[in-house]
Amino acid sequence: MPKSETVKEALAKKGAYGQDLDLDHYDEEANETIKVDDLQNSDFKSYMENVGIVADEIERSGTMMFIDNNPSHCSTKVQEGMEVMSVRDALKKYDGLTDYFWKAVEPTKDKYTAKTFLEDGDGYFVRVKSGYHIKYPLQTCMLLNKNKSIQHVHNVVIVEDNASLEMITGCSTSHHANDALHVGVSEIYIGDNSSLTFSMIHSWGKSTGVRPRTGTIVGKNSHYTNNYVILNPVGSLQSFPAATLSDNASATYNTMCIAHESSDIDTGGLVYLNGRKSRAEIMSRSISMGGKMCARGRMVGNAPEAKGHLECRSIILKDGGTTLAIPELEAHIADVEMTHEAAVGKVARDQIEYLMSRGLDEDQAVSMIVKGFLSGGSINGLPEELKRELDDAIAKANVGD
Amino acid sequence: MSDMLKIIDLHVQAGGREILKGVNLTVKEGETSVLFGPNGCGKSTLLASIMGYSTIEVTSGQILFKGVDITHMPVDERAKMGIGMMMQRPPNIYGVKLGDLLKATTKDPESVIADADKFKMEKFMDREVNVGFSGGEIKRSELLQLTAQKPDIILLDEPESGVDLQSIDLIGRKVHDLLFSDADGGQRHVSSLVITHTGQIMDYIGADYGYIMKDGVIDRVGNPMELLKEIREQGYGE
Repeated sequence: MPKSETVKEALAKKGAYGQDLDLDHYDEEANETIKVDDLQNSDFKSYMENVGIVADEIERSGTMMFIDNNPSHCSTKVQEGMEVMSVRDALKKYDGLTDYFWKAVEPTKDKYTAKTFLEDGDGYFVRVKSGYHIKYPLQTCMLLNKNKSIQHVHNVVIVEDNASLEMITGCSTSHHANDALHVGVSEIYIGDNSSLTFSMIHSWGKSTGVRPRTGTIVGKNSHYTNNYVILNPVGSLQSFPAATLSDNASATYNTMCIAHESSDIDTGGLVYLNGRKSRAEIMSRSISMGGKMCARGRMVGNAPEAKGHLECRSIILKDGGTTLAIPELEAHIADVEMTHEAAVGKVARDQIEYLMSRGLDEDQAVSMIVKGFLSGGSINGLPEELKRELDDAIAKANVGD
Repeated sequence: MSDMLKIIDLHVQAGGREILKGVNLTVKEGETSVLFGPNGCGKSTLLASIMGYSTIEVTSGQILFKGVDITHMPVDERAKMGIGMMMQRPPNIYGVKLGDLLKATTKDPESVIADADKFKMEKFMDREVNVGFSGGEIKRSELLQLTAQKPDIILLDEPESGVDLQSIDLIGRKVHDLLFSDADGGQRHVSSLVITHTGQIMDYIGADYGYIMKDGVIDRVGNPMELLKEIREQGYGE
């Protein structure tokens, strides 16, 4: 691990992408511990349920919740094969987690990772032991509850060999903590012949700053799915999660965003195809409702027979919004096959009029097409239950109808 | 019977070019008229003008529907007044399921969805509208949507094109049902205007009048069977 002095220097280092946020703007401490024993009768229940976290925990294998910088709730229904605890507890139990702590994300990457490192950020630790397939999704919830403060959590997820897990992470802001910053460092390690589906659903405030930093290392013959959904207004969000693939490993990134007025969203996925026959798919569907939307996708082909496809599709629904699609393909050897498609524009007139000729008015027609466009992007690899929840969220999303 | 559709000296541009150069045509309540004519003469443009698609621009003339001037009315209002259209090549609507579209466009979704098997479309309710549909599937989907909509005039753009013989039989019978569904005592109320090259659809629905369009105008009006026979024997005389 780097020395604190080196990391301190990185506090001045701007993020590679997105608006530079001034960490000094967030001058309130957020170290209070708020325990939530009973999720169903908690004051935070509605915030959780907005982002796919079910309070009754039916068909969930467990729940871990953070309010600001401290754990609030941790429960698991799984008798064996899975551990869920705070990272601080895991560091004690596993002697510093030397193989996993700050190995998939660099502390000196930028000011946000540096801040998390220097604050010694706590987070959730999840470990699925070799040979176990966890039936129901594990849910984690990150809630911002203190205005003008920084949540700097550091999560570690380990799925060992021949194992599988689905995770649903819901992130939200309570109404009085609109102007706060969420920094979430997540390190994900997937062993050989394993799989992890990691689905993140968000509902931030109109001024919230969001800077997640996620690194995933995927072992041989394993699969990683990363679903990222944000349909509500946010202040400034920038995220570019990266995965590194071994032989015959695969990764899928699905991103679904609506950039409302005053939202500035810059997100996507980065995959290093480092293993022979590794495969990746990066899909992004986004809509600008007057906000700024940047959809990135980047693949780096470093191994023979690697394959990848990247798709960025964006619709501008309101003037005043902007959308930028940046698909990048980089290859360092001949024997790779990578393709991309990008499309930016308005909703096609012939499609609107086709639906109008069936009796829908123009707003209904646009709304139906836009919702279809969004849910069309979520078809690949989503757990059935989450897909239903997403379709519900899309049906409720404000796209001008 | 009263005039369902009346087109008066209609001039229409598309892509900066004048396509319709003064079309006059009337379809009365319960009547079926067929439109013949060589490719590019303006038949599809005429139907697009009646439906109100923005690909065309009416430069002069009038379209009256049930006595109301609809020349510049939005597409959805025309649909609500009772105009229904089967396009020859409808656009793909990605992400929108056929079943959801049907539910959104009919007052009686349950019976329409239940009817889907009669159109051999029951397995298509969760499919995206028109995406990957074959020629016959598109026509059957369009007809199921029209059945949900229950229009008073049906505009059909080449209902037989790109369809195998078995499907033509099903399509022909379903178009017949649409036109004759609310007939009372032999008196029909639903009208139609049909573009056809082969005339096959007439085996199922008959036709009261035939029109031959040439270069943006109605060149001839007559008995549809006689006109078809003449076209088969002599072509369009070009």
